[in-house]
Amino acid sequence: MSRSHLRLAAVVAVLCLGVAPFVLSPFSITLMNYIGIYSLVAIGLALLTGVGGIVSFGQAAFVGVAAYATAWVSTLNGYSPWLGLLFGVALTCTVAAILGLATLRLQGHFLSLSTVAWGLAIGFLFGNIEGLGRFNGISSIPPISLGSYALVTSAQIYFLIWGIVAAVLLLGYNLLDSRIGRAMRALRGGNILVESLGINAFQIKLVTFVIAAFLASLSGWLYAHMSRFVSPGPFDAGMGIEYLMMTMVGGAGSLLGGVVGAAVVTLLKNSVQDYLPLIAKGASGQLEIVAFSALFILFLQWARQGIVPFAARFLPKLQHEWPKQAPPLPRRPQPTPGELLLKVDCVERRFGGLIAVNNVSFDVRSGEILGVIGPNGAGKSTMFNCLTGALRVNKGEIVFSGRPITRDAQSRIAKAGIARTFQHVKLRPRMTLLENVMLGTYARTRSGLFAGAFRLNGQEEASARHEALKQLERVGLGEKPFEHAGNLPLGNQRILEIARALAADPALLVLDEPAAGLRRQEKLRLAELLRSLRSDHLTILIVEHDMEFVMSLVDRIVVLDFGSKLCEGAPAAIRSDERVQEAYLGGVA
Amino acid sequence: MTSDIAAILAIDGIATGAVYALVAIGTVLIFTVTRVIFIPFGDIAAFTALTLAALDAKRFPGTGGLVVGLACLATVIELISLARARELRLAPRALLFYLVLPLAVVGIAWLVTKTDPPLAVRLVLALMLITPISPLLDRIVFRPIADGTVLLLLTVSVALHFALVGLGLLFFGPEGVRTEPLTSLSTEIAGVLISGQTMLIVIAALVFSGLLYLFFDFTLVGKSLRATAVNRTGSRLMGIRPARAGTVAYLLGSLMAGVSGILIAPVNTVFYDSGFLLGLKAFVGAIVGGMTSYPGAAIGAVGVGILESFASFQSSALKDVIVFSLLIPILIWRSLASLHSEEEIEE
Repeated sequence: MSRSHLRLAAVVAVLCLGVAPFVLSPFSITLMNYIGIYSLVAIGLALLTGVGGIVSFGQAAFVGVAAYATAWVSTLNGYSPWLGLLFGVALTCTVAAILGLATLRLQGHFLSLSTVAWGLAIGFLFGNIEGLGRFNGISSIPPISLGSYALVTSAQIYFLIWGIVAAVLLLGYNLLDSRIGRAMRALRGGNILVESLGINAFQIKLVTFVIAAFLASLSGWLYAHMSRFVSPGPFDAGMGIEYLMMTMVGGAGSLLGGVVGAAVVTLLKNSVQDYLPLIAKGASGQLEIVAFSALFILFLQWARQGIVPFAARFLPKLQHEWPKQAPPLPRRPQPTPGELLLKVDCVERRFGGLIAVNNVSFDVRSGEILGVIGPNGAGKSTMFNCLTGALRVNKGEIVFSGRPITRDAQSRIAKAGIARTFQHVKLRPRMTLLENVMLGTYARTRSGLFAGAFRLNGQEEASARHEALKQLERVGLGEKPFEHAGNLPLGNQRILEIARALAADPALLVLDEPAAGLRRQEKLRLAELLRSLRSDHLTILIVEHDMEFVMSLVDRIVVLDFGSKLCEGAPAAIRSDERVQEAYLGGVA
Repeated sequence: MTSDIAAILAIDGIATGAVYALVAIGTVLIFTVTRVIFIPFGDIAAFTALTLAALDAKRFPGTGGLVVGLACLATVIELISLARARELRLAPRALLFYLVLPLAVVGIAWLVTKTDPPLAVRLVLALMLITPISPLLDRIVFRPIADGTVLLLLTVSVALHFALVGLGLLFFGPEGVRTEPLTSLSTEIAGVLISGQTMLIVIAALVFSGLLYLFFDFTLVGKSLRATAVNRTGSRLMGIRPARAGTVAYLLGSLMAGVSGILIAPVNTVFYDSGFLLGLKAFVGAIVGGMTSYPGAAIGAVGVGILESFASFQSSALKDVIVFSLLIPILIWRSLASLHSEEEIEE
């Protein structure tokens, strides 16, 4: 399926939506309006939960904040609903930003629990504020007017609702296919991966969170002026989980899934309301929520992936456009070969009483490959994590290019020019090779949220794509750039990580046990690649376990044992060193 | 606020907090063993109160129907999964545990109800009827996804709570209940009147936490539960079945929730949906203990009770807003406290 097919499908969908109000009954149009309004929240949640991995139970509260805000502005104070929109969006986004600043550093389920907490607290607030009508809510909210034309009937507001949904989908998909969007899609790979790419993970999470709240606020505004009445009920915890359900039913990672999920859940709910009274007379109200929750639980047990990703498997694959020649991205000034690049000075790292790295010092000079080796438990990985900022150093100093980086955050170290790979490969398996490598260019590019959503980033995007392809070709993976990274064998995944690191234009490449788990042929290929990188004057630091691999490759070796530096020197000298033999072989008889 | 009022509020808060503490300890117990954040515990507590009220009114409670329905469903699911695993020879055991035992409990309760039993027997009946619910729900809802992420389990747990609220309305009706006080004694300490019910609540909370402590430290089953909590795979290698440990945890937990339901029924009017707030407040307490520490959970729950008591004196409408808003700083504090270890774990 090519891009033009996709455009055709979109046009047909828009036409169908446009004709719908002239064909459907008024009741069906009202139903469609609810679907559109819920879709907005579900799309935001798809972005937050499916793409960003932040499960929120509290979106209904954001819808409520905006709905009450616009009701307060337009009904109680008599201003235009459009002013209500401005106020509602501003208030919701502010509340979301404050909540996000406070909670988005929380880990895993703590974060989701906090969404339950503020969702409930805000929900209770609506019913308990005197000025907002308490549990009776606010009624006779004015309709939205375009000039003197008031959107009163459901067919009139229909076009506004679905116009907004279509625009949100378009901008959303544009955003996901941009620099910031790729960073959002990387969030699920964990903080360490995201930060290692020079991305401020917290900032991206906050942006995603506020976008989701913004979409919820649009939904709340439309809801208030369509139903012309707000009360606490539609914004309570139950609705919060219903939105989550819509998102997951549609397919959490998919924006379109938000619309599909909202449609399925709304229609299902409607038909449950129609048919349940036939089965159990008089008990339909309570059975509705039971049937509904039961369906949701069944869904989570058996079909977690959702409708849209499931259906997408049966559609022909989207054809990608081969990256075109484009002006190169700016490069950082490279150090002159032979100069001091990295200085590790008396570094110490403790875990409680255990000293994992004890007073270790060594230098890395530009243009060389330095190997750090040692038996299991020697402190190699801890040393590595201290270098890249994943762990704090207790004592000592690390200086990179003449600048101390000891106290810097991971993303700042990455931006300074240290690119890394991971012992346990950290790729985004559902992103293409090209997109994975483009993640590496994040710190070299600068287009922001709006440039991405409105496609004002064309030139930079083309350069980044071309750079990514160039790096893929450099490591020998340039043939199938649109393959999913998860489909590669382990050896190629390691090499893909190197391509991603190279795309950051690093001054120093640090590799964490790159040969671990590789077969012999793969190791040979990897060694060959690293040698070719050295001939391009790239400086490489390898932390490795595999002696043979290191010996044939590196210029100098630092040996660690029990957290301390044992010795340092050329491979041949290290090989014959008695202390090293003792550390590795447990003493010479 | 005079010191008299403060003292009364504090005592009131401690009593409420003690009830929360029982549910909180149950929540921690389930979480550590199965990783499920079992939101519906509050519902179990509320159902116990409703069951007891029905027994007091000489009616057979709706709990019976609920247990029978869940038992049938669990049996069918268990038989299907046994058939799939070609282990149908285990079917008689499955029938015994998932069908015969729960039905026997309901049958006994039904027979005894007819004889107009005294209060003590009614209490036992209420607890007997309520305890099978959580293990059955575990089999139906959580066992198929036992290896899912904490987040998935949490999402399912929230959905389950809503299902239970609907079932509660179906089986118990919309009327609120308030049972007879278990004791009419009262005593005066330092000029403040303390009702026997309050004392009973605090004593029960202490006794049950103490028993739980003894169970964990001095019995093999208790130790196996702790082992499962620490490392599922490891304990499985040692011959402990995580599924069975889960069942034991659910049984114990629902017993504690049941006791808290009985204790709170004479103090507050309980409706079919009262469990949500009870469960969530207990849960706030459990989070204070980092979802892992029993004393932490108990202290946290009592803290929530006292806070709620003072908050409702200041502004009864906003007390829930205050309690849940407070959860966010607590979560941040907990997350900071555990950040150290979590950062070192590679995702």
